[in-house]
Amino acid sequence: MEKFTKLISTAVPLPIENIDTDQIIPARFLKATDKKGFGDNVFRDWRFKKDGTLDADFPINKPQYAGAKILVAGDNFGCGSSREHAAWAIVGYGFKVVISSFFADIFKGNALNNGLLPIQVTPEYLKELLAGIEANPELPITIDLENQVVETAFAKAEFEIDPYKKVCMINGYDDIDFLLSKKAEIEAFEKERMVF
Amino acid sequence: MGKTLFDKVWDAHVVDTVDNGPQILYIDKHLIHEVTSPQAFNELEERGIAVARPDQIVATADHNTPTQDQHLPIRDEMSRKQLQQLTENCEKHNITLYGLGHKYNGIVHVMAPELGITQPGMTMVCGDSHTSTHGAFGTIAFGIGTSQVGQVFASQSLLLNKPKSLRVSVNGTLAPHVSPKDVILYIISKIGTNAGTGYFCEYAGNVFEEMSMEGRMTVCNMSIEMGARGGMIAPDQTTFDYVEGRKFAPQGDAFAKAVSYWKTLPTDQDATFDKEYHFDAEDIAPMLTYGTNPGMGIKINGAIPEKGDMTFEKALEYMNFKGGAQLLDTPINYVFLGSCTNSRIEDFRIAASYVRGKHKAANVNAWLVPGSQQVAKQLEEEGLKEVFEEAGFALRQPGCSACLAMNDDKIPAGEYCVSTSNRNFEGRQGQGARTILASPLVAAATAIAGKIVDVTKEAVA
Ligand code: SF4
Repeated sequence: MEKFTKLISTAVPLPIENIDTDQIIPARFLKATDKKGFGDNVFRDWRFKKDGTLDADFPINKPQYAGAKILVAGDNFGCGSSREHAAWAIVGYGFKVVISSFFADIFKGNALNNGLLPIQVTPEYLKELLAGIEANPELPITIDLENQVVETAFAKAEFEIDPYKKVCMINGYDDIDFLLSKKAEIEAFEKERMVF
Repeated sequence: MGKTLFDKVWDAHVVDTVDNGPQILYIDKHLIHEVTSPQAFNELEERGIAVARPDQIVATADHNTPTQDQHLPIRDEMSRKQLQQLTENCEKHNITLYGLGHKYNGIVHVMAPELGITQPGMTMVCGDSHTSTHGAFGTIAFGIGTSQVGQVFASQSLLLNKPKSLRVSVNGTLAPHVSPKDVILYIISKIGTNAGTGYFCEYAGNVFEEMSMEGRMTVCNMSIEMGARGGMIAPDQTTFDYVEGRKFAPQGDAFAKAVSYWKTLPTDQDATFDKEYHFDAEDIAPMLTYGTNPGMGIKINGAIPEKGDMTFEKALEYMNFKGGAQLLDTPINYVFLGSCTNSRIEDFRIAASYVRGKHKAANVNAWLVPGSQQVAKQLEEEGLKEVFEEAGFALRQPGCSACLAMNDDKIPAGEYCVSTSNRNFEGRQGQGARTILASPLVAAATAIAGKIVDVTKEAVA
């Protein structure tokens, strides 16, 4: 996993609520057996029109947002299916941060396990941020993980992150590394308890 | 202070607590399928790690499998490769696989309980959000992402923060046409799709106590649709009777010993929950969804709300419904009886009792997809297969099928489908498809009438 400390980038606004993982990556793209390539199909049915051409009105497709590494989305982002492919698709497309006023549990975990930082802000801050981006698509947003702060020229907010996950993100290591270091404890536990 | 059912099972599985961080939770059973496991196997191989406890893993093929001609090679190349990879991975790592055509094959959340793999007091995970189904046994069961599948492969454990506790109680007497599916759709329509986020839910009250295991599974299955990681129901005699004698259930003395432990699991009288909801059974009616999330539900003879927020407007536009309208009499061309929510034998018995002696309407494509090979066999043995065939239903082979439309079972764009599955998201059953979630009885009645009819006005068998 890549290390994450600080990021300054523009953002794409996606002010839709309850974006579920079926929208992020539709099931028909889940047939691949590796993690690569999902970025091409992120938000597939919203990004492309029925005839297969790009929908120029969908925010991610707009030229003014090209290269943005931050996605700012409506409430309850990532609900629905537990498919981690959703996180791979977002990361694969080039995003490093998703900001919303609320994240579904499983998506949040999946994001953190793939170096994608989910930042939960208040509904008011989200609104302000969306309006700010709308007014100026080039608005730079600073994400400072160490100090748990998201900041623009006009507003600043602190965000929460699980302290353990924060250490993982900053150092670029993951849960498997940690769990393997606990092998002896896990085996001792197995010996002691009623095993099914 | 007393402990909840969830506390008891959770606490019994905590290996260690990280300072200022999550806990290491031991996992008893790990279920895997073809779609969410390949990347986890790859990860392990790239890092040179072995699967820690292959004997605690069971694999099935369900999500991406055809429901016709399962004995022939799969036509879609990517699907074929995905299944091949599952077979190879399981062979390489000594994992039991009930592949396509095996007599135990089926949707992971149907076959595991059926085989007695699911037992009270366990921790169970699967790379599928509807793993919550197994909570019907008093099991902590929840869906995980592929990275976590890899973690369980590597260590038979997961790093987790203990969720908060939520209890939903329903007491009273259900009306005759009201099924467990209606109970859970009603609950979600009342509390919304993220009321459960951050919580693990326990269902309590006489309504759940009186439910069959199949009904409890339907309820727990949809816990995720209200945002909860999982749902649980306290194990009782109904649970023990269901588990007893199943293939992988403990036998003889071991079973008696297990039961005496399972009896200690129900929530203590003085335990408290972080959040509670109470509902009266008398208020519940057969339900339908009108929108694009499972919380957008109304009573079958009710009306869609007049107005709502942006999500509401967007959903109505997608569904081509109007605020304030009723759904009764809406012509329906597709009916899907299946998915891990409602593809157990009991679901089909209810549907068959309605369908018997009738024929589906000419406009309807009615698909019936059993949850497992064992359910398919039961359909035959109980003579239900004939009932459905005579009524013009297309009987398919087991799998997830049109629940997520990963295989060829897709609902065409713009068409309505009354479906017994659990998700009515945009495009879930095929690009542009419009899903109306309902119980098996309502789905069966729709197939016969060719439109949505008020089942409360009809006699029940
Ligand atoms: S039937 Fe549907 S919800 Fe159930 S496991 Fe299959 S895809 Fe998931």
